[in-house]
Amino acid sequence: MAMTMNGEYELPVPPQTVWEKLNDAATLKACIPGCEQLDKTSDTEFQAVATVKIGPVKAKFKGKVALSDLDPPNGYKISGQGDGGVAGFAKGGATVRLTPKNGGTLLSYNVDAQIGGKLAQLGQRLVNGAAKKVADDFFANFANAVKAG
Amino acid sequence: MSATGIGAAVRRKEDRRFITGTGHYTDDINRPGQAYAYFLRSPHAHATIKSIDIKAASKMPGVLAVLTGAELAADQIGNLICGWMIHSKDGSPMKMAAHPALANGKACHVGDPIAVVVAETLAQARDAAEKIAVDYAALPAVADPAAAQKAGAPSIHDIAPNNTIYQWHLGDGKAVDAAFRSAKHVTKLDIINNRLVPNAIEPRAAIGEYDAGVGTFTLWNTTQNPHVARLVIAAFVGMAPEHKLRVIAPDVGGGFGSKIFIYPEEVVALWASKRVGRPVKWVADRSEAFVADAHGRDHVTHAEMAFDQEGKILGLRAKTIANLGAYMSTFSSSVPTYLYATLLSGQYEIPQIYCEVDAVYTNTVPVDAYRGAGRPEATFVVERLVEVGAREMGQDPAELRRKNFIKKFPHQTPVIMAYDAGDYNASLKKALELADHKGFGKRKRESARNGKLRGLGFSTYIEACGIAPSQAVGSLGAGVGLWESAEVRVNPTGSVEVLTGSHAHGQGHETTFAQLVSERLGIPIDNISVVHGDTDKVQFGMGTYGSRSGAVGMSAIAKALDKIEAKAKKVAAHMLEAAEGDIEFKDGKFSVAGTDKSAAWGDVTLNAYIAHKFSGQELEPGLKEGAFYDPTNFTFPAGCHICEVEVDPETGNTDIVAWTAVDDFGVIVNPMIVEGQVHGGIAQGVGQALCEGAVYDKDGQLVTGSFMDYCMPRADHLPALRVDTTMTKCPSNPLGIKGCGEAGAIAAPAAVINAITDAIGSEGLTMPATPHVVWAALQKANSIPKAA
Repeated sequence: MAMTMNGEYELPVPPQTVWEKLNDAATLKACIPGCEQLDKTSDTEFQAVATVKIGPVKAKFKGKVALSDLDPPNGYKISGQGDGGVAGFAKGGATVRLTPKNGGTLLSYNVDAQIGGKLAQLGQRLVNGAAKKVADDFFANFANAVKAG
Repeated sequence: MSATGIGAAVRRKEDRRFITGTGHYTDDINRPGQAYAYFLRSPHAHATIKSIDIKAASKMPGVLAVLTGAELAADQIGNLICGWMIHSKDGSPMKMAAHPALANGKACHVGDPIAVVVAETLAQARDAAEKIAVDYAALPAVADPAAAQKAGAPSIHDIAPNNTIYQWHLGDGKAVDAAFRSAKHVTKLDIINNRLVPNAIEPRAAIGEYDAGVGTFTLWNTTQNPHVARLVIAAFVGMAPEHKLRVIAPDVGGGFGSKIFIYPEEVVALWASKRVGRPVKWVADRSEAFVADAHGRDHVTHAEMAFDQEGKILGLRAKTIANLGAYMSTFSSSVPTYLYATLLSGQYEIPQIYCEVDAVYTNTVPVDAYRGAGRPEATFVVERLVEVGAREMGQDPAELRRKNFIKKFPHQTPVIMAYDAGDYNASLKKALELADHKGFGKRKRESARNGKLRGLGFSTYIEACGIAPSQAVGSLGAGVGLWESAEVRVNPTGSVEVLTGSHAHGQGHETTFAQLVSERLGIPIDNISVVHGDTDKVQFGMGTYGSRSGAVGMSAIAKALDKIEAKAKKVAAHMLEAAEGDIEFKDGKFSVAGTDKSAAWGDVTLNAYIAHKFSGQELEPGLKEGAFYDPTNFTFPAGCHICEVEVDPETGNTDIVAWTAVDDFGVIVNPMIVEGQVHGGIAQGVGQALCEGAVYDKDGQLVTGSFMDYCMPRADHLPALRVDTTMTKCPSNPLGIKGCGEAGAIAAPAAVINAITDAIGSEGLTMPATPHVVWAALQKANSIPKAA
């Protein structure tokens, strides 16, 4: 089941600062909802463990996160895929663009995600809402982390 | 007619236990030492299984075994099979791909069982399944049947190029083309018959138990045909020899076809019970049922009907692509062929019919028979063509039907079936009166004043039931005969046990079968038990589907009762010291013609067992007879359903405001049960027409996988139903019964869609006609009227 989401945030710091945070494993780990583990395995790859709860399904996803289309400090693509065992699988990516605006940065993102198995069976209304919340929470957390320096 | 005989509206004997919670369903049965199975299922529609790591799962608390397809293969457990051979036009046999009970190397649909965990508790089995690490390599998937045949589509099974299982046809294509060339008018339709999820109220369940001492297996299972399950699991899966496998189908809470088939889970429950040395229980949850029970329908069809200048039908041609899902289920091949194309003549005299059917694999749950099985699809094609044809030619739809009805019987159609009896005009006439057809114009104007669009739709359907003459189905590819068996055991005190190969899962056989015995033997219905669903009790039987239990199952009982009566007369002759030919049997009493000498039923049955009055050489003691009944033809229930709807043009919501059903089921055993069957069938047909639809996305994920997204019909979808009957006796069986179990589901979808399209003045609708679909069709047709 495929989903797309997008949004944007205005951040009070210049793109270069945002870019550094976007590449910082500790920041990402703190911002990804439910993330229990995010270990850098190379400059652009991470091993991740995250617990996701959607409606009646709670699953621990294990998987890989990779950064690609690196264009410092203008943006990148962050993509991942995870296996949630009995709950199914999830994969997807977010294209993140950073544009200077009013001395700060406009962060815009486009997410496309696919899920399968029991998660997809839960139904579009529930899953779409939950997925949008995960994306919103991540970027809201990230905006706060950037603002906090 | 006696108070409890044929034709009496006897209350169902079985209902007391069903409505007081004292039934015994598979999940109510618990065996000593029972363990629990949980299946890990594929989240991918199509994937290579690179590896399965069960180490962590095996060490989880309570785990007795974690088993995969590799162990299944190592133990030489055979594949599941499809039991009806269909040959393609070119003579080649259908392409049946291997279907192991646990996927071996490849997953072909979401829900395909990958591994099973057997543990002390279900919770432990579930927790352990979380620890199984499956390394999948996802493959491109295809869910749409038309897309599956296109070049470049993902290939699901090597054996089937272009995912095509067979390319079958029926009829004379050239003759049909000639008929079309001479036509005055041709009606053309593109039809999608939507995929349905059966959703019986009781999910499937199985308990496997191996007795190592005697080397026998017992399977408690939610099956509509325990003997067929035993035959397949013994002869094809190779679990055990047939005499070492007992299958028990206890109370079963609805099937609608979905519990005919032999499924992976029951095979695995048996196999696992031997592996762990404990009884193993599996019960599906509702989410699992969505991705593990065979779905129904799923046809894509282009159909055309040719008419002459008077509106007489000259010919029909149809090209159908049938989606059979990822594997060929037990009877899947027969549904879009011999249960579909053979019914394309409907109630009409159609000189030429040609139908081509391509069956395809897709990365979806297997598709097989579901209430009506092929016949709803055929009825939808025929009844939509006739209705749209009438509209296009400016003819009255009822009149056009009447003009084309078959009026002489027997009638040989161009598509195999020989209709034996019917009076289609009688049911149409009665339905028009009951529906107050004459007053429709006035009702339509009233609706218009309220801003609503009123429409009326017909469905004059036919079905082939009483499945089926063994010789006929054998010549068409069936792997089994479709007769039925019965055994009547009369006890010394005169009470009777009827053992039947039919299986009841909601139909009320314990009542209707007893009514036949009560009628014939003149004994109270409470003195009769109907025993079914246990291969150790009933010698053999073909089970229940295709509206066959009355016409075929009861005919077998009638044959056995003939033998009982003949034997009992012999016993009575000895008791009454009269010639056997002078014994008369009526109302439960044996009497000697022309005398006042008589013996009551209970005296005769007692004498049959004490045998004091006759020597064993002349007459054997006991009173027990069996019979096998093989029908000589299908039966042909038919009727007329009229649906009246009001559509709200602002929201697209459809209200069914009136429903009239006039059916000819031949002789009716219990009118109350028949009415209930008609009600249920209509509700399921309305479900298909208005709200039900299994939807896969392009990646093969089932996006209608729960009741949040898969809409079942509810009470408020239906008005009070006007149900009535007409009667022509079925000449092909001794009781004159035609069958009633599927009629409503067969008739209803076409009636609903004909009514909605009449209301909105556009044919551009696909099922399910949800408010959004209807609203969109209205927008497209730009036909929103101004509110009055």
